[in-house]
Amino acid sequence: MNLLAARWFEFVATGAGIIILVILAAVAAFLIWEATPALTADISELQKISWFNADSFLAFVAPLIFGTLLASLLALLVAVPLAVSIALFISHYAPRKFAGPLGYVIDLLAAIPSVVYGLWGALWLAPVIDPVFRWLTSFLGFIPLFADYQPPAKNIMTASLVLAVMILPIITAVSREVFLQTPRLHEEAALALGATRWELVRMAVFPFGRSGVISAAMLGLGRALGETMAVLMILSPGTLFSFFLLKPGQHQTIAANIASKFPEASGVSVSVLIATGLALFVITLLVNMAARWIVSRRSDFSGAN
Amino acid sequence: MAATTPLEPSLAAPSGLLASRPRLPRWAVPSTIGFSFALSAVVLFLADSLTIPAVVALTVVLYAVAISVWSLRVEGTRYAADRTATTVVTAAFGIALIPLISLLWTVLQNGARVINFTFLNTNMVGVYGEMTEGGIYHAIWGTILITLAATAISVPIGILTAIYLVEYGRGALARGVTFFVDVMTGIPSIVAGLFAFSLFTLLFGPAFRAGIMGATALAVLMTPVVIRSVEEMLRLVPNELREASYALGVSKARTIFKVVLRTAIGGIVTGVMLAIARVIGETAPLLLTVGLAADMNWDLFEGRMATLPVFAYRQYQQGGIGVDRAWGAALTLIAIVMLLNIIARLIAKYYAPKASR
Repeated sequence: MNLLAARWFEFVATGAGIIILVILAAVAAFLIWEATPALTADISELQKISWFNADSFLAFVAPLIFGTLLASLLALLVAVPLAVSIALFISHYAPRKFAGPLGYVIDLLAAIPSVVYGLWGALWLAPVIDPVFRWLTSFLGFIPLFADYQPPAKNIMTASLVLAVMILPIITAVSREVFLQTPRLHEEAALALGATRWELVRMAVFPFGRSGVISAAMLGLGRALGETMAVLMILSPGTLFSFFLLKPGQHQTIAANIASKFPEASGVSVSVLIATGLALFVITLLVNMAARWIVSRRSDFSGAN
Repeated sequence: MAATTPLEPSLAAPSGLLASRPRLPRWAVPSTIGFSFALSAVVLFLADSLTIPAVVALTVVLYAVAISVWSLRVEGTRYAADRTATTVVTAAFGIALIPLISLLWTVLQNGARVINFTFLNTNMVGVYGEMTEGGIYHAIWGTILITLAATAISVPIGILTAIYLVEYGRGALARGVTFFVDVMTGIPSIVAGLFAFSLFTLLFGPAFRAGIMGATALAVLMTPVVIRSVEEMLRLVPNELREASYALGVSKARTIFKVVLRTAIGGIVTGVMLAIARVIGETAPLLLTVGLAADMNWDLFEGRMATLPVFAYRQYQQGGIGVDRAWGAALTLIAIVMLLNIIARLIAKYYAPKASR
């Protein structure tokens, strides 16, 4: 290989790097291009679509965004405390030699295809969780959140629980990495002062890992926002701004809405769906960029050990 | 301080200065667990709802309360908080195992009833209504073809980008690429599907459907995963190897080919296989682009194709006998994913570069 070929290879490798930027730009560009007809079309044109029942595109997409955010935030509410505890168990409670295998067990959850989660959620979890929801609605039904449960459990709570399981591995993995990086000196200093293990965690591990956990949660949020199949297969859809978590037919997410309507759509209805997809793309992009920004800011001073 | 003072907080009562408060005896934990277990078994038996999950759940709750109260009485708030935290953290891991075990068990149980030689070797041509015939032959091959096409697109780009980032990348461009690769990891799968749809609609018109559309969508999802894992592997290659090669007067490109890639090849293969395992179960993008077919379609560039995830979803949606087929497809899919994972781990184990740092 002569010098020319060596230069050429550098160009090819650099080109591949640039292709990544081009692909990402292309994703945005093609989505905008295909969404434009829906965004510029007259409202009467849009209202000819059988499932378009709003006065404007914004009014159509707003409840979907609400449903997406509600489902994802609920999932986050369940997953983050659980994931942080699991990460802590693996990093600071379980014996060191088991840390690898235990982490792998949790990672197995990430390997399971989303359609299988959908099947499991709709056919196993929904019947199993039914008595819990019955209990909630009869004893805590005076709180609007838990009112009016109607079986089967095809409500946003069930969907969010499945989403929580699906985002558990990523939050756990990132938090675990951060917890394992806690400077050994900080930990030993805490122990030398007579701290119990929990005090060690509170004084040395959590302060060090806080930003890492926040970014892990945001990465999980990004996953939950875009997850389609589990919601599509579990949730009985509706387009309301509703906080009845146990009531079916109240919410729908952007992704599940696209997947359910897209195969039969044509013409301007395709554009409407792509426009909602664009909204989802922008939201996840912002969440992920914020998460990465926190991570990168953190890495500047993580060389403490 | 006494030499017996342990570095790790231990259950044994420390002697000397630190022994200002009594500690719970060593047998406190096992005996409380046993007591809680017995109590919850009896209570649930009397309440006539004696099931294993109920007993386990009640045991954990009783144990958490009992050990905390006991510790609070004897050891004071600090150690009580410590014991409560230990119980909660351990229980959290147990809770995470519930979905994993129940999921694998339901899929195995329901899938194993359906899967047999015929199921794996027939397609869905002429199967309608409640007919029990039909199988997933076409879906298995569709999944394999589309995933291979996605691999063929994303692996060269992915490996080259990783080489750029590790070996050549300096300055703003490299930082930008790193950042946007991370951002790309977060693209929702359905958006990737919409992108592939928009791209091919602009090129070939709105009615165009082909396996390559799905492969493009999967490639968008797969490329960042490949880049990340290959990058990690290339960074594991010790710098001494590169420097030794340069010292012999070998060019940079040749060093990359003959030294760096060769050292990291096991890790690269592992990373690629894990990336395949991640996208092979993607449903939403394929649902939008490739759709479903009843017959085997070997042509990636023309017509709809069946894939396992979409097949499973459609059969589930259809209900009735379809749900059984959905479980069968789900089990096949999980088996493929797990197989890929295991092979990847084995390759990683046997070809791991000896990290010198």
